[in-house]
Amino acid sequence: MRRLEPAAITGVMSREVANFRTFWKATTFSSVLEPIIYLVAFGVGLGSTIVDRVDGLEYVEFVGTGMVATAVIFSSALPAMFGTFVKYKFQNTYDAILAAPVDVEELVTAEMLWIGIRSGFYGCFPLLVAMAFGLDPAPGMLVVPLFCFVTALGFAAFGIAVAGTVSKIDQFSYVTTLFVTPLFLVAGTFFPIDGLPEGLQAAAQLNPLHHLVELVRHASFGFEATDLIRIAVLIAFATALWRVAVSRMTARLID
Amino acid sequence: MAACSSGWRLELVPAIELQGVVKRFGPITAVNGLDLEVPRGICLGLLGPNGAGKSTTMRLLTGQAIADEGVLRVLGHELPAEAKAARAEMGVVPQLDNLDIDVSVEDNLAVYARLYRVADVHAAVERTLDIARLRGRRRDAVDKLSGGMRRRLLLARGLVHEPDLMLLDEPTVGLDPQIRTELWSLIGGLRSRGTTILMSTHYIEEAERLADEVAVMAQGRIIARGRPADLVARHAGRETAEVYAPPERLIEIRAAAEAQGLRVRPAGPAVAIVGAERARDGAVPPDAGRRAASLEDVFVLLTGEEAE
Repeated sequence: MRRLEPAAITGVMSREVANFRTFWKATTFSSVLEPIIYLVAFGVGLGSTIVDRVDGLEYVEFVGTGMVATAVIFSSALPAMFGTFVKYKFQNTYDAILAAPVDVEELVTAEMLWIGIRSGFYGCFPLLVAMAFGLDPAPGMLVVPLFCFVTALGFAAFGIAVAGTVSKIDQFSYVTTLFVTPLFLVAGTFFPIDGLPEGLQAAAQLNPLHHLVELVRHASFGFEATDLIRIAVLIAFATALWRVAVSRMTARLID
Repeated sequence: MAACSSGWRLELVPAIELQGVVKRFGPITAVNGLDLEVPRGICLGLLGPNGAGKSTTMRLLTGQAIADEGVLRVLGHELPAEAKAARAEMGVVPQLDNLDIDVSVEDNLAVYARLYRVADVHAAVERTLDIARLRGRRRDAVDKLSGGMRRRLLLARGLVHEPDLMLLDEPTVGLDPQIRTELWSLIGGLRSRGTTILMSTHYIEEAERLADEVAVMAQGRIIARGRPADLVARHAGRETAEVYAPPERLIEIRAAAEAQGLRVRPAGPAVAIVGAERARDGAVPPDAGRRAASLEDVFVLLTGEEAE
């Protein structure tokens, strides 16, 4: 049997779909409500009192487009970390799947793809909510789900790799504090990164989330030539983390 | 003719062949030079105390553990290289319940039908619902089922692709006697249909009831193997005498029996003198209870562990 069989990958994804059908309402509820809360607090609150325009955009447009990245990281890295850990440590789900003709590489790939698809979908919700707050629709926005999908693949792989590395669920606190929160804050979501010190500006170029923020803004207000490089960075990030995740999970699941 | 010939050759290939298999976890050797051959169509009970290496052996057979040494073949597939192909033809019932508890009974089965590449998922679900006797609960979430129903579902899930080989890892561990009997009847049904079964257990009664052959495992290797009756005759003779007496008296009785070359084992508050039919000169007190020797006697004598 060959590597990365579509039947194995779709089989694992069908398990995720079956489970998702039992909790999609809660996920959808928070995916819709969270951007509304953020946009009211930052976009309308901050935008109407302190900040007027940022980078030539209304603050609500700036935050609304930037929040896509927030939605993507929180709907990919965190579910991947916690979900993976719970499935292998507490539910023994992966023992059952790996007793079928599925290998670790297929399992990790399927988990990444499912999270990527979900984030590709839910990542667009802030954009839709921002439209209700005054953001004008643009044809470029049609490719935003694809940008979200590719970015979420990388962060899903990051979460899976972390889950395959830590020994206790409490250790996720280190990861969220040291990696997830800084990545999300220094992505250009709530303020432009060109106001940051030069070192942080350079660091932001290594932040995949920053590239997603820029891509979404450009999709909404006009693409730039450098966007191809940003897409390449996101693909490279997803590919590299995919291999790390497969390696970490193989070490964890195969004795 | 060629197809017949290759089919005939396939029948000759044992379902499981392990030669000199070693698996270490750091300083611990869980499987230590294991040789095991399971012919097709039989139910082999892998009987051993906790820590004997049974579960590690099961994981080696599914490719979820990689042997440090030795040769492993399952249904003609060399492991670990062809583990995936081997898994496609075998079903596994794990020791721990790993069903998706929020998902319905039928969706649990359908997911695994897809994982096993079953062509007609719907038919497979219908068939396995009948095996699990859960047709009336098909749309219920698993967490609404009783413990026995969940175990039946777990077994049915392993059968969703009609495998040639079933690996049952302690299939009734921790279950109450009624549920255990239910499971035994399902496993008995499989056995009568000719499915090859390798069943690890530490329940003597389970092995006696279900297994055509029993392999006793201790410290990572097989220390005895045969049909239950043959093992009893070979290792425990015909008769066992159980003596209940104060501890000091039991010490004397043990010494007298061992002086005659008889084997004595503890049996709760009593001692059991195995091979009592060979006892002479009052080595077995007249008030001792006599019974036919059992697989439990063999197990305790060979492993030094109390049986369950």
